[in-house]
Amino acid sequence: MLQFILKRVVMIIPVMLGVSVIVFGIMELTPGDPVLLMLGERAPIEQQQQLRERLGLDQPAPVRFVRWISGVVQLDLGRSIRSNRPVLDEIKARMGPTMELALIATLFAVVIGIPIGVISATSPNSLADHFFTFVSFLGLAMPVFWQALMMMLLFSLHWDLLPASGRGSSWQYYVLPAVTLGTSALASITRMTRSTLVEALGQDYVRTARSKGLARRRVVYQHALRNAMIPVVTVIGLQFGGLLAGAVITETIFAWPGIGRYAIDSIRTKDFPAVQGVILVFALAYAIVNLLVDVLYGFLDPRLRVRYG
Amino acid sequence: MAETATVIAPRMRSKALRRFWRSPRTVAGVIVLVIIFLSAIFAPLLSTHQPNVQNLRNRLQPPTAEHWLGTDQFGRDTYSRIMWGGRVSLQVGFLSVAIALVIGGVMGLLAGFYGGWIDRLMMAISDVLLALPGFLLALAIVAALGASIVNVMIAVGIATVPYFSRITRSAVLSVREQDFVTAAQASGLLDRGIMLKHVLPNSLSPIIVQVTLSLAGAILTAAGLSFLGMGAQPPTAEWGAMLNGAQAYLRDSHWPVTFPGIAIVLTVLALNFVGDGLRDALDPRGLVD
Repeated sequence: MLQFILKRVVMIIPVMLGVSVIVFGIMELTPGDPVLLMLGERAPIEQQQQLRERLGLDQPAPVRFVRWISGVVQLDLGRSIRSNRPVLDEIKARMGPTMELALIATLFAVVIGIPIGVISATSPNSLADHFFTFVSFLGLAMPVFWQALMMMLLFSLHWDLLPASGRGSSWQYYVLPAVTLGTSALASITRMTRSTLVEALGQDYVRTARSKGLARRRVVYQHALRNAMIPVVTVIGLQFGGLLAGAVITETIFAWPGIGRYAIDSIRTKDFPAVQGVILVFALAYAIVNLLVDVLYGFLDPRLRVRYG
Repeated sequence: MAETATVIAPRMRSKALRRFWRSPRTVAGVIVLVIIFLSAIFAPLLSTHQPNVQNLRNRLQPPTAEHWLGTDQFGRDTYSRIMWGGRVSLQVGFLSVAIALVIGGVMGLLAGFYGGWIDRLMMAISDVLLALPGFLLALAIVAALGASIVNVMIAVGIATVPYFSRITRSAVLSVREQDFVTAAQASGLLDRGIMLKHVLPNSLSPIIVQVTLSLAGAILTAAGLSFLGMGAQPPTAEWGAMLNGAQAYLRDSHWPVTFPGIAIVLTVLALNFVGDGLRDALDPRGLVD
């Protein structure tokens, strides 16, 4: 097991290196000169030249890449052009609100999605099953931004039940952003629970358990569902990527002070070091969650444990 | 071998077709898609107003006999803009998936057929592209290239490449070992000929399913980027961009936000229905019955 985990950890390194090359390359392609952005278009040439040399922008791209990446490895993501503060500090300050939102959204999706999936799977092709399946399709087809605006319209503007934006101290501020963010995960988890449980219920061991007289309920929850959960765990992990992407839009619409909104603000103001830093942090978070999912998978599926010792 | 393959193929195809049409969900999806495609193609005929002509005295109207779906913040007709916007959204979807299909398909074909270092290189590239969620990768690329609808196409296309490279590779791997490929190799055909004439046609099913589902994803991603102001620029009618312009007036009139959103939902829903129907119909496990 330890060997398996170590192997997975080591596998992150080349992928992250590849991501850094992409992130660096993307910023190289970007039109617009950061020096002019910092000093203004009409800055004297000598001043521009000085800043360029100070930032090392006069060096060729490979040299700058090596410099940048060695900074990144030492947790130095450079300074934000807008605020002149270290990008890492800016990101750290916004990590909390995003994590909160992502966790609540995941919890919402899991707590509602799994029971609905079980209901659908235990009475396949019933009216309830058809209804939930259709709603799941709908949940996956709705653009995050549209759903956010529709919920804001109904619950804030129309019925005045929940605050439309911001992150206040009361729980009410969390409802709309978290539900918006969690909806597509909810739909995926529902569908995955349904399909794996339907398959599990058709297996021989379920028939054996039933034929030796175990109650149907007990067979569903203690035998079939436990096995069906393995792929569901993967889906929950994969949905985390969707949550990161969704956070960008959700936080922008609900004025949520997290890294998703910071990403958009940085892109809009052409704050290159901030954009680079945010993307790297997103990729790292995604990689870590996928790693955790794989490890959890190993614990849940004894076959993997045997294979990797 | 090739002869038996051609004899069996039509029968399998007709069975798959029958299975495809058996699901009411799939049929509904096809009907909705046909309507959406036709309305995009015939947008100039079907629209009642010029999509970009402003009429500030008629701002933010609810649906009326004159403006079926109301008007937006500039008094433009929402119905006509949705018709024209469909052209942009569908074009972006198709072209970005085409980019992904060509690049990812070639990568997967080479990786699956040759194996070895080519395989490792192609899959390493795919892994790196998958290291960011698709929307974020597309966002990063558009941020670099600049906000425009063409750049959205390129960005969404690149972000979709790894799905096609992986699925093509695995399809090719399962076909490559089959006897008719060995026979073709033994008969001295060139690799390119074998890949294009024998391997690719027999790997198509999963790729077709992926095209349909990726189209839905591409339309959603492109609309999201336009919503953030990174895609179609005003005054272009595009579904995501329409929402971006109208959201500030949500309090005054929700119609210009509601209707373009419904257009996106219907399109994506229909594509997902059809994609699922195709997957069920083409699933090789289902071919036995």
